[in-house]
Amino acid sequence: MSAPPAYRPPPSGSHADYLYPGYASTVTRSPSKPLIVVPQSLSETTGPLFGHDALRPHDADLTRQHAGEPLGERIIVSGRVMDEDGRPVPHTLLEVWQANAAGRYLHKRDQHDAPLDPNFSGAGRMMTDDQGNYRFVTIRPGAYPWRNHPNAWRPAHIHFSLFGNAFATRLVTQMYFPGDPLLAFDPIYNSVPEGARHRMISAFELDLTVPEHALGFRFDIVLRGRDATPMEK
Amino acid sequence: MAHGLTPSQTVGPYLHIGFDWLNTTELAPSGVEGERIVIEGCLMDAQGATVPDGVIEIWQANAQGVYAHPDDGRSPAAGFHGFGRCATDDEGRFRFATIKPGGVPGRDGHLQAPHVMVNVFARGLLKQLSTRIYFSGDRHDDDVVMQQVPAERRATLIAMPVPDRSGNFVWNIVMGGGGDDETVFFDI
Repeated sequence: MSAPPAYRPPPSGSHADYLYPGYASTVTRSPSKPLIVVPQSLSETTGPLFGHDALRPHDADLTRQHAGEPLGERIIVSGRVMDEDGRPVPHTLLEVWQANAAGRYLHKRDQHDAPLDPNFSGAGRMMTDDQGNYRFVTIRPGAYPWRNHPNAWRPAHIHFSLFGNAFATRLVTQMYFPGDPLLAFDPIYNSVPEGARHRMISAFELDLTVPEHALGFRFDIVLRGRDATPMEK
Repeated sequence: MAHGLTPSQTVGPYLHIGFDWLNTTELAPSGVEGERIVIEGCLMDAQGATVPDGVIEIWQANAQGVYAHPDDGRSPAAGFHGFGRCATDDEGRFRFATIKPGGVPGRDGHLQAPHVMVNVFARGLLKQLSTRIYFSGDRHDDDVVMQQVPAERRATLIAMPVPDRSGNFVWNIVMGGGGDDETVFFDI
């Protein structure tokens, strides 16, 4: 029988190791034994697909989910989801979540002494179009302190979750903002090998910026590519 | 390769904000064919502490071993999607009610033993951990993935029946620690 083409292994230097002691939580939450490499089958090359019907109105506009507008600097985030060969990943689900403009998450475990915003929940989702493009409207998240080390601050970021077309393409990442001075001190950002870190930083783009309304940031996302041909066995 | 992979980052402690809307712990509506099962367990860290801020995602075939996905050339019966997501509770527990999957062909064409694909997300995980749930009572010797796993570690992949609760299985996840109970994770 012919098996579907396999997804190529991530090139070395693409991802952080599980254990990165500078990020303290990894010490008790990383495997001590090497991962076991397995041959890909339908179990890895298929994965959950979601339809546009999974979405609700305003899922892609985090500034319009409440009666009033949230405080903060309104921004537009847009980009293209593609594979390593540049092929678009159409009709795939993205989930995003973030802190509000003051650097506070709407979450029971966030005890940061900064105000919640009654007009901001901080969660959104969208599907890519047939060219792999996505776009959403939100406010620029604030930086916030955490207890990883003395005077630790997370740079402003938006969490992204993507499924792609396969179990093997599942990706959760964080999008950062250009020029953020906190990036140099952030162990989560710096856990990624140096040559790949810049891929997590969005780019300000005047073409995405809407006059009199909102700044635009581009963030393209690259998922694993697959072998060109099915493997006959 | 023209484009560099986007690196993975942790979901962080506030993952529920982004993930809860898609929580799916009952995978098989009435009418879906298959043996009803419940899989429950606990997510633990390397020191045995329970992890209350994790999310478990599963992906599985239907009772005939067919995935609801176009790459699976066989047409699945309608009604079963095969995706589940469960946030761990304050004691690190998760629970899925589903159907037992059928065997899925491996790359060599031989059937793999019935299994459920699993991704684990949590604060402190810079990349998800991927593993599989197999089921006690099935034959695993011929399974191409199980064959890659040292015999003494295979038990960490096998869900065990709960006594006196037919169809209920328990399967725990241990993220590290180096003990015999550290779950096998896969590089896929």
